[in-house]
Amino acid sequence: MKSRFFKQVEKFNGSFTQLEENNRRWEKLYKQRWAHDKVVRTTHGVNCTGSCSWNVYVKQGIITWEHQATDYPSCGPNMPEFEPRGCPRGASFSWYEYSPVRIKYPYIRGKLWQLWTEAKKNTGDPVAAWASIVEDKEKTKYYKSARGHGGLVRVHWNEALELISTMLIYTLKKYGPDRIAGFSPIPAMSMISYASGARFLSLLGSEMLSFYDWYADLPPASPQVWGEQTDVPESSDWYNSQYIMMWGSNVPLTRTPDAHFMTEARYHGAKIVAVSPDYAENVKFADNWLAPHPGTDAALAQGMTHVILNEYYQKRQEPQFVNYAKQFTDLPFLVFLDPSAANDSHFTSGRFVRISDLNNDEVANAEWKPVVWDQNTQQIVVPNGTVGQRWEDNRQWNLTLKDDAGNKIDPELSVGADSENVVVDFPVFDQQGNGVLPRHLPVRSITLANGQQKLVTTVYDLMMSQYGIKRTADDDLAAQGYDDAASIYSPAWQEAVTGVKQSLVVQIACEFAQNAIDTGGKSMVIMGAGINHWFNSDMNYRTIINMLLLCGCEGVSGGGWAHYVGQEKLRPAEGWATIAFANDWQPGGARQQNGTSFFYFASDQWKYDELDNRALKSPVKKVKHSYDHPADYNQMAIRLGWLPGYPEFDRNSLSFTEQYNTTDIATISKKVVSELKSGDLHFAAEDPDAPQNQPKAMFVWRSNLFASSGKGQEYFMKHLLGAENGLLAKSNDNFKPTQMKWNDQTVEGKLDLLVSLDFRMVTTPLYADVVLPAATWYEKEDLSSTDMHPFIHPFNAAVSPLWESKSDWQTFAAIARKFSTMAAKYMPEPVYDLKTQPLGHDSKAEISQPLGEIKDWKYGEIEPIPGKTMPSLSLVKRDYTQVYNKYVALGPHADGNVGATGYSYSVKPEYAELRDRNSVWDDGINADCPKLDQDKKVAEAVLLLSSATNGHVAQRAWADAEAKTGRKLQDISAGRAEEKITFKAITTEPREAIPTPVFSSSKHDGDRYSPFTLNIERLVPFRTLTGRQQFYLDHETFQEYGEELATYKPTLPPTVMGPKDTKITPDANELTLRYMTPHGKWNIHTMYYDNLEMLTLFRGGPNVWLSPLDADKIGIKDNDWLELYNRNGVVTARAVVSHRMPEGSMYMYHAQDMEIQEPLSIITGNRGGSHNAPTQIHIKPTQMVGGYAQLSYGFNYYGPIGNQRDLYVNVRKLKKVNWNED
Amino acid sequence: MRIKAQIGMVLNLDKCIGCHTCSVTCKNTWTNRPGAEYMWFNNVETKPGVGYPKRWEDESHYHGGWELNSKGKLQLKAGNKLNKIALGKIFYNPDMPELDDYYEPWTYDYQTLFGPEKKHQPVARAKSQITGEYMDLKNGPNWDDDLAGSPNTFDQDPNMQKIETDIKANFEQAFMMYLPRLCEHCLNAPCVASCPSGAMYKRDEDGIVLVDQERCRGWRFCMTGCPYKKVYFNWRTNKAEKCTFCYPRIEEGMPTVCAETCVGRIRYIGVMLYDADRVAEAAEEPDDSKLYESQLSLFLDPNDPKIIDQAYADGISDEMITAAQNSPIYRMAVKEKIAFPLHPEYRTMPMVWYVPPLSPIMNYFEGRDSIKDPEMIFPGIDEMRIPVDYLASLLTGGNRIAIKSALYKLAMMRLYMRARTSGKDFDVEKLARVDLTERSATSLYRLLAIAKYEDRFVI
Repeated sequence: MKSRFFKQVEKFNGSFTQLEENNRRWEKLYKQRWAHDKVVRTTHGVNCTGSCSWNVYVKQGIITWEHQATDYPSCGPNMPEFEPRGCPRGASFSWYEYSPVRIKYPYIRGKLWQLWTEAKKNTGDPVAAWASIVEDKEKTKYYKSARGHGGLVRVHWNEALELISTMLIYTLKKYGPDRIAGFSPIPAMSMISYASGARFLSLLGSEMLSFYDWYADLPPASPQVWGEQTDVPESSDWYNSQYIMMWGSNVPLTRTPDAHFMTEARYHGAKIVAVSPDYAENVKFADNWLAPHPGTDAALAQGMTHVILNEYYQKRQEPQFVNYAKQFTDLPFLVFLDPSAANDSHFTSGRFVRISDLNNDEVANAEWKPVVWDQNTQQIVVPNGTVGQRWEDNRQWNLTLKDDAGNKIDPELSVGADSENVVVDFPVFDQQGNGVLPRHLPVRSITLANGQQKLVTTVYDLMMSQYGIKRTADDDLAAQGYDDAASIYSPAWQEAVTGVKQSLVVQIACEFAQNAIDTGGKSMVIMGAGINHWFNSDMNYRTIINMLLLCGCEGVSGGGWAHYVGQEKLRPAEGWATIAFANDWQPGGARQQNGTSFFYFASDQWKYDELDNRALKSPVKKVKHSYDHPADYNQMAIRLGWLPGYPEFDRNSLSFTEQYNTTDIATISKKVVSELKSGDLHFAAEDPDAPQNQPKAMFVWRSNLFASSGKGQEYFMKHLLGAENGLLAKSNDNFKPTQMKWNDQTVEGKLDLLVSLDFRMVTTPLYADVVLPAATWYEKEDLSSTDMHPFIHPFNAAVSPLWESKSDWQTFAAIARKFSTMAAKYMPEPVYDLKTQPLGHDSKAEISQPLGEIKDWKYGEIEPIPGKTMPSLSLVKRDYTQVYNKYVALGPHADGNVGATGYSYSVKPEYAELRDRNSVWDDGINADCPKLDQDKKVAEAVLLLSSATNGHVAQRAWADAEAKTGRKLQDISAGRAEEKITFKAITTEPREAIPTPVFSSSKHDGDRYSPFTLNIERLVPFRTLTGRQQFYLDHETFQEYGEELATYKPTLPPTVMGPKDTKITPDANELTLRYMTPHGKWNIHTMYYDNLEMLTLFRGGPNVWLSPLDADKIGIKDNDWLELYNRNGVVTARAVVSHRMPEGSMYMYHAQDMEIQEPLSIITGNRGGSHNAPTQIHIKPTQMVGGYAQLSYGFNYYGPIGNQRDLYVNVRKLKKVNWNED
Repeated sequence: MRIKAQIGMVLNLDKCIGCHTCSVTCKNTWTNRPGAEYMWFNNVETKPGVGYPKRWEDESHYHGGWELNSKGKLQLKAGNKLNKIALGKIFYNPDMPELDDYYEPWTYDYQTLFGPEKKHQPVARAKSQITGEYMDLKNGPNWDDDLAGSPNTFDQDPNMQKIETDIKANFEQAFMMYLPRLCEHCLNAPCVASCPSGAMYKRDEDGIVLVDQERCRGWRFCMTGCPYKKVYFNWRTNKAEKCTFCYPRIEEGMPTVCAETCVGRIRYIGVMLYDADRVAEAAEEPDDSKLYESQLSLFLDPNDPKIIDQAYADGISDEMITAAQNSPIYRMAVKEKIAFPLHPEYRTMPMVWYVPPLSPIMNYFEGRDSIKDPEMIFPGIDEMRIPVDYLASLLTGGNRIAIKSALYKLAMMRLYMRARTSGKDFDVEKLARVDLTERSATSLYRLLAIAKYEDRFVI
């Protein structure tokens, strides 16, 4: 007290406060905590599409924490900025660096290691040793059944490399390269890392598996409507909108760094509507909340479309909408009417009328030129812009309103409401099944070239009839008002389906359309997984896209669809694809397999499929090529060249030249065709369980495939891995496909070797045979881009790879080096690989199979012609001794053209520059080729060779687009023609991508990226059949399933357990709930799920959300342990009871991995699975169509989606929490 | 009058997405070390909910903050220092939150995953970071996130217990909001007043409240004194620790970590000038619902020449005065009155303020006449899901009018901007009704929506 007394003390505030003079030297304590040695710019790769720029702080060589970078280039004075992008998941990443889940060394499964060392000793030769293991049933069972049980042993890198290379040599020689698969998702967010394994496997001839469709993130509606995989506005463009509906997209949770553009748009007056079955985080920001029953979104959209058509097309014709519809959609195109299968006197809609139907003259690509009625000449004309003109030589392919001869046209939207009238049957679907909806339809009679009279109508007229818009006073088959609940697609009808009040639907629809009128189309729908992961996701999407098209919102900044789930925009696309798929060494030599089909057959989910398609078909249309089992459509798709089918044939693809004793592809093709016809040669997919047809090895990197995206996880565990599993289903031998071989034997453990590259010990490395330690995102150089923003971000090493980890590029280089060395001994001579290839979109092959009519060579309807009526065939020469030398050098084919989406342009100057920048190899096969031996050099090559990152290349790309379309386009990137975005430049500061015709935005000079503005503003056609945005799809299979026009289809019928499945002891307190796996708040897939900070912030382990109304039914209390099961598997998790959940549904947020806090299941006695244990995929026939304009194959572009949402589980309390630590 | 400068923060809850990035970056920078495992200098709560520590707002239980004695004078709710010593309470503090009120921090036995082969797949189980024993998880720092466990927590929110509106925890009436919380760096800090060791102080130059880590003796009365429960006890160093308002960064002209990394862009930092001689008087306003306005009366107009002269005389630097003149806090709290202090009824004169959130229209109002009236495109203030009573309980000591005025202002600004961006006429009279002009509405819109870095952080 004494010392205090003499200190200076000053009192104030009525003596309540005193000012003391004290020593504050201690304050340096927190200053020292804040001090750091360096700050490094990097980002987070894969799993998240945010692509945020982060500063990583390093102190005394240790990574301490990360904060977001805030130095993004400005969006301009009148917009919010992108800073600071990031989220709590990313902010917790540094925890992984030194965490106990970090994989520090290479590991091999202990039991395999034991067999391997013994066999090597016994045989004295590694390849013989490998053969002695994998061809021995007991030995394989010995190590495969141990998968996932722990017991990995640490080995030296060289030992791991030898085992992998031996497996490769053996598998190539015995089975062929297509028995080896690689899986790594979404390249955009660490594209060099993706490219590493992809390049290595492509040089082998092994297949990369697609992910976007497999994840069910691909919206098939996008290829169907636009011929575009996915193109969306960057998130800042939300700010330009005046009406935003968030529909099945929980923006704050899944688009955390972007959400502010939505919250901020509200302040300049944008109205926000949230459509969500639960009171989700985004509902907080909405002015209106619409809560439809899960999976009924299409009905809601159709209710709104009904209002839009009635108010703005029927009661008054809004010129803005009508003009847009005429020029940019297929609404004016003519469609044939066919007899209805449901009623003799009724009709149904058929295919588009083509000029080939009407004209015997020689017209180029006549079967690919659909027609409209021109009001100027009162004649049928072919408008420019169709796919027919696209593939015509020297044709200026564009969307100016002109006919084939260059005359101005005015397409007629309707044949006239009061013209001749017939009754047309539309198929309708509800929970009870399918039905017939008769409506009046105006038609016109035309004379065909063969003299026949046929009735036709327009797509517009069909739509008006379908929706029951009353166009004539006496139309008794139309809706008699919005409250006419009996009239399907009316607002009142939708209320019965969705539970959303009809008055609200009318209000929102009118506001949405009126806003589009007031703002020139700035009405937007942000959509995502909530409506996309369903079996009928394409119906959900197309019904919503219809609203946007009818209001002229697509191709407008601030308007249109904004789909964000699993999306990618790998901006420097051409340079990257050249390297990733080794096109610099062997153009077109890579195999690219659609993931869903691969996993459907490889994990034997096809044998358990209970979905009889008979119930899903249209009652008004009977088609010839129709099957009941979904797998049969996939078989047809493979043999007709619609989808890839790797593994390819039931024979080694390296064996054909030897067998036929020729390397002449024409001769080989003939023999293959004849063997296929005679039945001596089969596609491997026809018998996926046969030993020679199974995939034998898989490389997984940047992915936790077996938990995060292994839909039908227990099928994976049982059939692919042969591991312990919780599968309760029995294979369905009373519902077999007709187009493939049924194998009564159960095949377990197809994979001989699973190799996982990872930096954290999660499910996939736990179940792998070889685990290789990967460098983290803070330990290497790489590139990242996204469609959420326009920047290209670098990864940089804040510290060198820790322990024995390596970047993926260096790991695959090491594998390639070891493999090539061994190949010199075991496969010294070049081999010839016979490769099949499906008919590809954006190539001339997309006009192979005309009129949407199926002709199957298997049934003699047409000759099998490679590249036309079946997959194309090519011969790829592979020298396995040179794989390493090729891997580390940019091959000579890059000294030529690159391209994408149908454009092609030279990068010769860039190749020369790369020789100087990266330096060249001295001798051997890669002499004078630029080096790709370091990650950073690969990044430099990608940036230099791509139009989005090199202004010179962009100018050449636009020049090619100008030549093809006859439109002036080069000005779009002219202002940036001199720019070369280098790795150093983007490390210094984020840089915006340069506009390029590879994507569909014409925006530049600081305007925000907005898709399809290139099509709408610059009249570049859409890459579809009509060249326009399509409401109507006329392929036979779409007709078979009643999906010519978008329509509501119910979710798949509830199946918890099948009659033949394992019988489960009943529990009186049990409940059946819808089981959905929306994206979670505390993880991005399984990434961060194991992170202590994220686990601490929410409940620390597996959990499921349900409503108190459901919980009360069986006495569940918050935080109780539950067991959920269906025929696919069992998961144990704790209950989160909340009144924000609707009754009848349960959420298990994606993706809760099974290695954290997961007790044993009472039902199976085994470890409960991940969130994917109760899931199973269902493949949809319409998504397998190919060889037909926009419905043609592209990797991650088209193919059946691995949807997993139409599922139910039984829920009961977990009687005993048993961890079983034995 | 004695002018002091105070650094303060406004959080626009209307933009908060509840993502917790602020919590994570703060924790990694400051408290991811032994003894601090359970400390979140910054945390985010879902409201309605019980918060962290549980029911911290229940001052009848924790006895935090100030109350008025029979003479109308301020006294610590937990009792004054002499009182405590006299009653021997210094060795026995019944009002302190216990570890379970926060949560017992845990980790996992991750190394099991690298272990030997087992009968079933190995899993990493939760273990206490305190005892090292396996643990059954029952509580965490954000256990009731997004209304999780609402049947147990909804009615336990002290604010729900205070309001009269009849709101049930059912799907139809669901609403939620987020409340990010940090130390309030109060003008009338009860933690400082509670400290028996003189280790806690409010810095003269910027008002940041700190615990001197050398002088702290671990009495922990600050923890009780703070009604926001934002002083923590480090069980390894035996010292109290709390949010430092990132003074090592502030001193370099950088915003706090929580503010800079806020991806919702909801946080603003700025300087306020206030009359330090009137703090006690203002805090002694007897009516809880007038305490908000009472606190407002302390703030001084930094553009008033007299104030500027006096500020210089009181030793405030030129830079500070300029910062105060450009302060976004002053703009939102004093000029526009759209930001409010957290629980002013605690009489702490807190300096972290909040803009209340708008919310969706209630089901039983929706679809009503709005088709005919284009202005009905947004819900009316009285139709919104979050009860005004609830916001008033949090932010104004029950003053509903202040909350409603702020919400009206936000809504009117939206309507005005909507008219402007879609080229429609707008009756300017309507702006005047909420104390806005075209110029001020535009400027407020820019501050809230465009919100450039240099406009958010004026330090």
